[in-house]
Amino acid sequence: MNFKRITLLAGHYGSGKTNIAVNLALELRKQEKNTAVADLDIVNPYFRTLDSRRAFEEAGIRLIVSQYANTNLDAPALPQEMYAVVDDKTLHSVIDVGGDDRGALALGRISPAIREENDFDMFLVVNFYRPLTRDIPSILEVKREIETACGLPFTGIINNSNLGAETDADVVLASVPFIRELTEASGLPLLFTSVEARLVPELTGKIDKLFPMTLQKRPV
Amino acid sequence: MTEKVLMKGNEAIAEAAIRAGCRHYFGYPITPQTEIAAYMAKRMPKIGGTFLQAESEIAAINMVYGVSAAGKRVMTSSSSPGISLKGEGLSYLAGADLPAVIVNAQRGGPGLGGIQPSQSDYFQATRGGGHGDYHMIVLAPASVQEMAELTIRGFELADEYRMTAMILADGTTGQMMEPVSFDFEVKEPPAKPWATTGTKMARPHNIVNSLYLVPEELEQGNLDRYARYELIKEKEAKAEMYLTDDAEIVIAAFGIAARVSRNAVDEARANGIKAGLIRPITVWPFPDKAFKSVLPHTKAVLSVELSMGQMIEDVLLAVNGQAPVTLVNRVGGMIPSPEQVYQAIVEAAKKGGN
Repeated sequence: MNFKRITLLAGHYGSGKTNIAVNLALELRKQEKNTAVADLDIVNPYFRTLDSRRAFEEAGIRLIVSQYANTNLDAPALPQEMYAVVDDKTLHSVIDVGGDDRGALALGRISPAIREENDFDMFLVVNFYRPLTRDIPSILEVKREIETACGLPFTGIINNSNLGAETDADVVLASVPFIRELTEASGLPLLFTSVEARLVPELTGKIDKLFPMTLQKRPV
Repeated sequence: MTEKVLMKGNEAIAEAAIRAGCRHYFGYPITPQTEIAAYMAKRMPKIGGTFLQAESEIAAINMVYGVSAAGKRVMTSSSSPGISLKGEGLSYLAGADLPAVIVNAQRGGPGLGGIQPSQSDYFQATRGGGHGDYHMIVLAPASVQEMAELTIRGFELADEYRMTAMILADGTTGQMMEPVSFDFEVKEPPAKPWATTGTKMARPHNIVNSLYLVPEELEQGNLDRYARYELIKEKEAKAEMYLTDDAEIVIAAFGIAARVSRNAVDEARANGIKAGLIRPITVWPFPDKAFKSVLPHTKAVLSVELSMGQMIEDVLLAVNGQAPVTLVNRVGGMIPSPEQVYQAIVEAAKKGGN
């Protein structure tokens, strides 16, 4: 996979951005890039990239996250280190943007610099099984709202359609026609379909551009 | 595409309320239940409903009172400190015999506490929450699917018995994502001849009120209400029994604590210990009979809770001295681990209940 210097992940709340961010960062690190994950989520105080802190440390990935993530302080705080993403040109970053347009608003602080450098991809993460993004018009609405809020255009789509622990090959395959329709309606290419690694053998050959993922540890 | 969707527990509550015919939601933001308000804010305008972010929890609960008095299905939601603020309104709803659904996604306390899960509002929920003699029906979901089903059931029970039904969730069950199917029937709400819908000069005025000027009438209202509560205790108490038929060590746990406990029971069974789980689905009325039914073979009971020991008092009453009851807990937003519960089972089995 070829990465731009900055990879942004945005989309509807709960579409799976954080899990993909973690796995993309590990992929970047495999390519021996100087890698950082920047968690700019100002919406959700739970299930943050911080849950993977140890995996990042072991892989030598820099984690840029608010000191208040996963604490009892439910404040929309951004990490002061976030400027490293645009200032340090040796760094390859994966940015986990918060949910919906409200989360994307925080990106506005650094989006002019990202646009000026123009070495970025911004992917729209989509899960067709989420209740408020079940059809193309709803997804296009989310897309438009996020682009307006952060001032950056999407450059591609990541299909992360899943039903959590009940995801099987059929669940993933059923999303293919929807994704085709979405790529046509939006004019954006599909980067990949992300699936839990356990599903890869069954889906190989049945679906293009599979991206195997290890999920962050879940609570009970 | 399959009809299942992947939802957070809070979203499932909101969607279920809409499917139950609730078109009025009033709330005030607080973590960890904000997704309910966010979902309602997005959906209600599209279906001709009302979403209103009130100026406070107290305002919201009084708006609930108004809509309910007009005979419509209505809901509010909050988390622990916000439910305390609603306490006065809950009592007024009870005094006026008004149906409504109240969601409490519990967080650690007391005070502002934290935003992580807790079950330490059990006393508040099961004993009424506000002043005066009254109860709420309290439903305790343990999965996202159940969040949806019990929300719909809550509206039905509230209407049937003319009282508030509380969904007693927590910071984890509200946040976790699981597949949900909404493939179930929703009954039409019953007629509400008591509602203040306008007389059209064709009937006497309906009055919805909790102030009684004559003490004898107030007494009678309380007696009537408690006669209804007896009926509810008889008919509506519900629990899930997991591997309890021959269980010697019985765990009592609801909601998130029951999910952890189930894993511990499986581990114990795999190691030859006859463990089982009683999961109250209604915590008021408390499923006393479920506990009485296992007593002949039960050597010890463990009450697993995210509190300093609240449900354990109901367990003790149900067990009535027939077996020792021990508390297994974490508090302050922490969740007992399956390992902690398993160790407690092993300890109890060693003691053989003595």
